[in-house]
Amino acid sequence: MDLRLLPDAPTDVERTAIDAVVPDDLGSTGERRDLLLPAFHAVMDAVGWISRGALGHVCERLQVPPAEAYGVATFYALFSVTPRAPRTAHVCDDVACAAFGGDALCAALEERLGPAGEREDVTWTRSPCLGMCERAPAVFLQRAGDAAQRSSTIDAGPEAADGLGDHQQIAPADVTTVLEGLGGADVPGPDPVVSTPQSRMDRSRSNGTRPQELHLLSRVGIVDPADLDSYRAAGGYSGLRRALAVGSSRVVDEITVASLTGRGGAAFPTGTKWSAVAGSPDPDKYLICNADESEPGTFKDRVLMEADPFALVEAMTVAGIAVGAHTGYLYIRGEYPAAERAVRHAIEAARHHRLLGDDVMGSGRVFDIEVRRGAGAYICGEETALMNSLEGHRGEPRAKPPFPTVAGLFAKPTVINNVETLINVLRIVAEGGPAFAEVGSGRSTGTKLFCLSGVVARPGVYEIDMGTTLRELLELAGGVPDRLRTILLGGAAGTFVTPDQLDVRLTLEDTREIGATLGSGVVLCLDESVDMARILRRIAGFFRDESCGQCVPCRVGTVRQEEALARIVRGREIGDRKTELQLLTDVDRVMTDASICGLGQTAASAVRSALKLGLIGENA
Amino acid sequence: MTTIDLGTIRRLVSVTVDDVEHRVPEGATIMDVLDGAGCDTPRLCQAPNLTPVNACRVCVVEVEGSRPLVPSCARRVEDGMVVRTDTERVAHSRRMVLELLESANDMSQAGDDVARWSVEYGADPERYGPPGPPAAAGERGNRHPGHHAEPDGETRATVAQPVTVDNDLYVRDYARCILCYKCVEACGTDAQNTFAIAVAGRGFDATISTEFAVPLPDSACVYCGNCIGVCPTGALKSVAEHERREAGIWDPDDETVTSTICSFCGVGCTLELHVQHNTIVNVTSPHDHSVTHGHLCIKGRFGFQHVQNL
Repeated sequence: MDLRLLPDAPTDVERTAIDAVVPDDLGSTGERRDLLLPAFHAVMDAVGWISRGALGHVCERLQVPPAEAYGVATFYALFSVTPRAPRTAHVCDDVACAAFGGDALCAALEERLGPAGEREDVTWTRSPCLGMCERAPAVFLQRAGDAAQRSSTIDAGPEAADGLGDHQQIAPADVTTVLEGLGGADVPGPDPVVSTPQSRMDRSRSNGTRPQELHLLSRVGIVDPADLDSYRAAGGYSGLRRALAVGSSRVVDEITVASLTGRGGAAFPTGTKWSAVAGSPDPDKYLICNADESEPGTFKDRVLMEADPFALVEAMTVAGIAVGAHTGYLYIRGEYPAAERAVRHAIEAARHHRLLGDDVMGSGRVFDIEVRRGAGAYICGEETALMNSLEGHRGEPRAKPPFPTVAGLFAKPTVINNVETLINVLRIVAEGGPAFAEVGSGRSTGTKLFCLSGVVARPGVYEIDMGTTLRELLELAGGVPDRLRTILLGGAAGTFVTPDQLDVRLTLEDTREIGATLGSGVVLCLDESVDMARILRRIAGFFRDESCGQCVPCRVGTVRQEEALARIVRGREIGDRKTELQLLTDVDRVMTDASICGLGQTAASAVRSALKLGLIGENA
Repeated sequence: MTTIDLGTIRRLVSVTVDDVEHRVPEGATIMDVLDGAGCDTPRLCQAPNLTPVNACRVCVVEVEGSRPLVPSCARRVEDGMVVRTDTERVAHSRRMVLELLESANDMSQAGDDVARWSVEYGADPERYGPPGPPAAAGERGNRHPGHHAEPDGETRATVAQPVTVDNDLYVRDYARCILCYKCVEACGTDAQNTFAIAVAGRGFDATISTEFAVPLPDSACVYCGNCIGVCPTGALKSVAEHERREAGIWDPDDETVTSTICSFCGVGCTLELHVQHNTIVNVTSPHDHSVTHGHLCIKGRFGFQHVQNL
């Protein structure tokens, strides 16, 4: 391609970082736009921002027009095209953290470091949900530069020199730890077992009822996430062995019979996706694992990847071979460095033991996994936006049809499944579809993970049979909280439910009946001490920030929704409350009816339900 | 010998629009059917010479079996499809798209059709409060994705900002930009393959931008002006038109259009000279012209001064 680049040259550090992720041979087309995100990450990790020279070098190496590359770089919150402090603390002030230390931490950091983004060496900034809600408040440390050069007396951990940057998660975070982390010190990594209280419970007496049998979480805290042998000793890779023995079409049939539905929020039947792609005559197909878990209040996929990464690698292998894909992409959110290290290590180990590659388990089948890191964009959890992001375009959703099973990644038939969905595959392969379908009812089969946070005694990820009631779930976590006011069910794109609805059975059908949704499994409990107006404004602000801007209803609608809410909360209505509610309803309807994707279509959901329940304003 | 291109033979499919059945060739869009049936379907980001991006959502219709409304510009018909355009839901979404755009953008140069649709559907942008202050030059392009100042709701946010004048041929008045993607498409694979501009930033803060928002002369721009040719709102216009409008001597009532053939090279593009008060103010080409598809080069679009010098 004939490119016109700006005259600025990259520094040696920038050039080296970029060249390290771009292969010398770019293949027949001579362009590799899909490496745009990895290249930008390399620059960010090396120097902390993307300069003109760096962007130009990326464009030259990958043959991408600079205006388009700039459009991509400015789409993501974790990238900066202006100089930014090489060490930045992203502090979660989202729904699950704000009232539980997030706002206080922001205030403390402002006192110590000045306004957000101001200092040139170390700084802090507010962040949407970081997926560590069970240990609020959460902080993601974005640290650029060579880990070995850190001016620290503390020995760098084994992860520090793996070329994945030096990013860290802290939760629960306090101002001292954050400042130490910004100073370059190693901070304690997350302990997944803390996040799954059921792993520690005496399983013989969970709440006096039938003990909940764990499947998705069965290995959490038991296997060593860094050790393949430990995973195998716990029964790992028997699923893949069985899948290879019975053959691909049988595996797809079992998934269909199991009535497994997607666990990312949309609950689409997994078997339908798999059969469509398996049946496609196109020789090139792809599998994508959507690990861009960003729905506020959701952290289940992170825990699974941190604690049981081999299970995901095995499940992806089963899925990839079953649908006939040779390559699987694992698109993981950029704020999950610990999970990324865990899955990358697991993939390496699996490759080393020929559980991935040209001859998986001696079967002659070909399958391998490539990891791609997101860069701070909720919208990229939407399947077609994720594909655009992976291809090196802006993470804007595509029009459907065509659906990904027909024309997905690189316009090829693609299966895209969420992490939790894929982990379910292992149980289905082991026990068979009919056994799986026996748990739960209707379309809601098997077990489901829920992310409990807020005012519960034991926050964390819980696994329950589909059909368990919300009350029973809360009992597992230490009982229905005192003075419980409301629960945000399903995430920011979900709805609020009230204490008189606790006996709802947690299935797709039963929640729909009360106008709610399981969503991604968020159960955020709020009591009377929580400022509901603050929560609602945060949700409205979240959608305003995370709208990709492609379609009018969502791009402008989310702005107007936030403004109207601000007026109602402040008692500064234009006209009266009735006219404002009418305005919100009108905006809600156009977003729900006419937005391109699920983000816009659900951007008014939580606000609508809160207003309906009278959680803010004069009825509050 | 004369040869007549009969085109590809296409199967006819049956589509029902507001209870009336239509037989149309497979591959047609719903909008093709609506246009054929004489419906007045509003449109902003659609253009006959560009790939549909279905971003504005003003052309939405109801399609049986689809929960969300469907953009008629992009969705291809299927046999047995049942379409409704006369429902309250359709009217509501069309009204709201126009209203939301008018609340954020200056739509005063978007043409008579848009003004008519706005009245017809009842758009009322004033109910969102008074417009907020305009942004300083370049400020909107420097906003970081995922961050914005929390509003108090006293004023409504807009994209108002000063006009960018950084070259002799055309201006960029982004207070009018509705992010329809047409200019990006025309600059890219749909016409020019220059890729000088793209959408940058995210959400409400997204803008059309060169890399690092450098002035056009520093970018890959070749001044073909095809972006002007497709802009539906007057956000992109020739310096000639901009200066006349600023001076208050822009006079569309006086405008005549004269067709001619470009004399610069052997391609022979059809030109339409837009003339006001005996002065050429703009040059365009018809979008259904088999050679240009409405697109021109710098010489055809801007190289007319010698005519005036006679």
